Amino acid sequence: MSLQDRLTELRDQGLADIQAADVLKKVNQVKVDLLGKKGPITEVLRGMRDLAPEERPKVGAYANEVRDRLQQAIDNRRAELEQAAVNKQLVVEKLDVTLPGREVPQGQPHVITQIITELEDLFMGMGYQIVDGDEVEEDYYNFERLNLPKDHPARDMQDTFYITKDVLLRTQTSADQPRSLENHDFSKGPLKVLSPGRVYRRDTDDATHSHQFHQIEGLVVDKHVTMADLKGTLTLVSKTLFGDQFDVRLRPSYFPFTEPSVEADVTCFNCGGKGCGICKQTGWIEVLGAGMVHPHVLEMSGIDPEVYGGFAFGLGPDRFAMLKYGVDDIRNFYLNDVRFLSQFYKKG
Amino acid sequence: MRISTQWLQDYLKLDIPADELAEKIERTAVEVDGVIRPNEGQKKVVVGHVETCEPHPDSDHLHVCQVDVGEDEPLQIVCGAPNVAAGENVIVALPNSWIGNHTKIKKSKMRGVKSNGMLCALDELGFDEKLVPKEVADGIFILPADATPGEPVFGYLGMDDEIIDMSVTPNRGDMLSMNGTAHELAAIYNQTPTMPTVDLHEDAADDVNGQLTVRVDADKHDVPQYKMRLIKNVHVQPSPLWLQIRIWNAGMRPINNVVDATNYVLMQYGQPLHAFDYDQLTDGQVNVRLAKAGEHLTTLDGEDRELLATDLLICSDDQPICLAGTMGGLDTEVTAKTTTIALEGAVFDAVKIRKAAHNHDLHSEASMRYERGIDHGMTVTALDAAAAMIAELGQGTVAKGVAVGRDEDVQPFEVTITLSKINHVLGTTLTSDTVLDIFKRLDFPTKLDGETYTVTVPSRRWDIHLPADLIEEVARLYGYDNLPATLPAGQPTIGKLNETQRVIRDSRKMMESAGLTQAISYSLTTEEKAKAFALSASDVTKLDFPMSSERTTLRLSLVSGLLDDLAYNNARKEHNVALYEQGRVFYSQPDQVRPKEIEHIAGAITGSMVKKSWGVAEQPVDFYQIKGIVAGYLKRLALAGTVSYVATSDMPEMHPGRTANIFVDETLVGFVGEVHPTTAKAYKIRETYVFELDLSALIALPKAQQQYQPISKFPSITRDVAMLVDDTVTNADVVALITDKGGAHLQNVTLFDVYNGKHVPAGKKSLAYTLTYRDQNATLIDDDVTAAFNKVLEALTEKLGAEIR
Repeated sequence: MSLQDRLTELRDQGLADIQAADVLKKVNQVKVDLLGKKGPITEVLRGMRDLAPEERPKVGAYANEVRDRLQQAIDNRRAELEQAAVNKQLVVEKLDVTLPGREVPQGQPHVITQIITELEDLFMGMGYQIVDGDEVEEDYYNFERLNLPKDHPARDMQDTFYITKDVLLRTQTSADQPRSLENHDFSKGPLKVLSPGRVYRRDTDDATHSHQFHQIEGLVVDKHVTMADLKGTLTLVSKTLFGDQFDVRLRPSYFPFTEPSVEADVTCFNCGGKGCGICKQTGWIEVLGAGMVHPHVLEMSGIDPEVYGGFAFGLGPDRFAMLKYGVDDIRNFYLNDVRFLSQFYKKG
Repeated sequence: MRISTQWLQDYLKLDIPADELAEKIERTAVEVDGVIRPNEGQKKVVVGHVETCEPHPDSDHLHVCQVDVGEDEPLQIVCGAPNVAAGENVIVALPNSWIGNHTKIKKSKMRGVKSNGMLCALDELGFDEKLVPKEVADGIFILPADATPGEPVFGYLGMDDEIIDMSVTPNRGDMLSMNGTAHELAAIYNQTPTMPTVDLHEDAADDVNGQLTVRVDADKHDVPQYKMRLIKNVHVQPSPLWLQIRIWNAGMRPINNVVDATNYVLMQYGQPLHAFDYDQLTDGQVNVRLAKAGEHLTTLDGEDRELLATDLLICSDDQPICLAGTMGGLDTEVTAKTTTIALEGAVFDAVKIRKAAHNHDLHSEASMRYERGIDHGMTVTALDAAAAMIAELGQGTVAKGVAVGRDEDVQPFEVTITLSKINHVLGTTLTSDTVLDIFKRLDFPTKLDGETYTVTVPSRRWDIHLPADLIEEVARLYGYDNLPATLPAGQPTIGKLNETQRVIRDSRKMMESAGLTQAISYSLTTEEKAKAFALSASDVTKLDFPMSSERTTLRLSLVSGLLDDLAYNNARKEHNVALYEQGRVFYSQPDQVRPKEIEHIAGAITGSMVKKSWGVAEQPVDFYQIKGIVAGYLKRLALAGTVSYVATSDMPEMHPGRTANIFVDETLVGFVGEVHPTTAKAYKIRETYVFELDLSALIALPKAQQQYQPISKFPSITRDVAMLVDDTVTNADVVALITDKGGAHLQNVTLFDVYNGKHVPAGKKSLAYTLTYRDQNATLIDDDVTAAFNKVLEALTEKLGAEIR
């Protein structure tokens, strides 16, 4: 048998062996057996010594071709088997991906905080500073400086917890506004503040009353601030909190610290303005009070009402949350039932 | 204030549905609670004429009536009312009719006799019991003799009226009258109202002088006006039906013609009036003064009231006969026997009346108006109107003249404002004519000079005295819907959180990412709970007049409220709870009523923070879990000082062996630990771990400078050490010693094992640490590390008696 034939035989046998190897180990063995230093191909190449010199290159080239061919076949077979093994493992490793993941404990902000934060962000974007007044305030700042002298009938609207005759738990976060007014340096620009916080009223707790609740009061004072600016600002607030489809309307009202005073209604979120039980068939829901700062309030803070003017507004995050989410009992906000708190996981 | 739209027709030509009118009032003037339709939902209730009325054969009180209801045949109706009689016109609810309170009337049999409907009393037609005249309360209502059988009954009773129920704000006292409301609607609809006129006939021969003397001893501020008229030979009797209808549709009970006349005029003019029985006065003498503390007066409602020094009194011979502006006295009440009336028309100080109404809990139609102020210019007119009406209804005569205790010169008020100021405040571009037209509609005489309006405000609008008040009038009548909507222009400002606000917001987020949910608890609690868990001793701040014993005192800690929250959850079978709260606590300050308000942050965990799931067991919370939360949080605050945890057994509410005070260097900033089992039991909660931190203090403490540290290019070398030490030796002792003796290159000490089980002798524990060494600038030499490590081992053995393993 010529060397060429021997090589062809080795090639065909080798290819068959490679194909027959069904595990990696066998492939490796075939490789050692065929292409190793003591293997038959090496032996063939060694036999080339006996060939005529002109034959040698031909046989050499053929031998290399056979070796490359076998090497190629081994690599392919190996890749095939590795792939098969991986595939098999993947099948074994298949999971039910619908099983729940391992939960990382995660808390969430209180729904009232969510509303306050949303409004703080909105107003900071419009250049307002956030101010936090004291919860225990002087009667003088909570009432008198807001144009509510002692024995004013409008004091009936706010039953008050007193500590002494002159010190009380603030009934409104606007108690901080006189301080903001007297401390502001108008040469540095307008006063724009938002005061969120806890307030207290002498009420018996029930589904719609709470002796503790929250308020957000806004105040803007500058040389030219208009009632149209107030209307625009309140419209923005409602659209931010409730959605773009909500409209705002103003109605006359009365607060001693503003003149004119208005109440703002928003399109009923329940019926979209058609009229329903929640809005008493009016299509509107009262959400906040506002007005142009009363000249007396400015004067008492040493600001000339002939030069400066502004607007103020106040709203209740508790009421907003009740309206927005249909919460039917205000006490839910302060009892901290985890089944209640965990329902509001939107924003922080 | 209830406004009858039928009554309004006397003033204005308004062909407008009541709902629309109500909406207009609400959008332009004051809030409206709703429109009341007394006959709403009622059907087939007609006038009937009782033709015959026979006793029921099987009853001692029922009657069998044949009632003409305008049909061919009379209806047989059985009636139990004591006042039913032949010849009367009555209210008949026909078969299948609907009467008040959604009640349907059907044919029936009463003790064997057919009854085809029902004869009705007023309350059966939905009248509030408080509005039904007392004389007709016990029987069916008798309609006028000229009523036509078969016609719907509603028109005869004013039940076809539509009544607008207004909620009048304190500034719009002028709208607590028909006249005021008519003026307002006239302005809204640009009409000229027809106001009531007074047709008073005095008896020229009978002068009030010498019969009635009135003296005011109170000052001018408290009693600006006090006047009386005398009406004689009055027959006190029920009012005619038309007047009763107006009274009950206004939400008052008809009493008699004298009282009803004063209430009618009150409704018309908003001027409270009071009628005294003249014969009960001493010598026709009346004086007005402040009460002396300790005096008594029995008021109309039969209550004996102890008077206060702030009460204004009407007296006769200096004996109290009436609490001014709130309620009359029983002794001088107008009764069926009264023939001579002393009628008071007065103005009293709003604050005095407000106090009296508040102190005696007597809120009447009169006090409500005095508190908000009344039209000082209308007192005499109203007095005259009521005197004329009483005389007419009671067939009496009015004595000549007015007894004046105090008179007042009432002038209209002038306010000036410019067009540019109005437009400047409203953000509008109103023309001069538009504004002039609004003042004209309000019937405010106005002079325009250049762009300045001089507006003469009549006394009926005493709420207006500033330019801003006029701006409101212009704005509301121009219509808020017509205002543009803009945002403030002017110099831009920057809105951002200050440092404290930023840290508070970040702290909330950190707590939430550590698995705690935000709670908001009550700041007011019991004194005992307020003091519990306080970081330092402090007096508490207490309410002067609390609403309930549960809410008397401002809290000194947040933990106490969180435990209340846990108890609430525990009672509802929610045993896995992890809450935090951020809020203020209130520490008293020397010589000040107002406490210092300090921001705190606190947390409480109970049960398991990990939800039981497939492959995940519940992990009961423990001390190290809450400490881990606190430590992680404090780390992120990047404090410059060193945080340390020092065991404390000083807090009575906390477990003495599982509580640590938290220090930053030398400053106490909070505590962490387990709630004392006894405290937990008292709060009705399970095993609970808590922390509380003084956030204000943490915010004030210096923060570490944030500076980039190059990451060492050189490898680190670690050494592990395990040792046996006495139980009393703490981790802190060991770490402190290792750190102290570790040498220049010791970077980190990490505890990786604590063991005190098998193979560890009693009273000992095994601790194991990894020490990491690194040189920023060079590769460490193994021998150097070994030398440094050996020094640590020596120190541990020597100083802590550690047995290195």
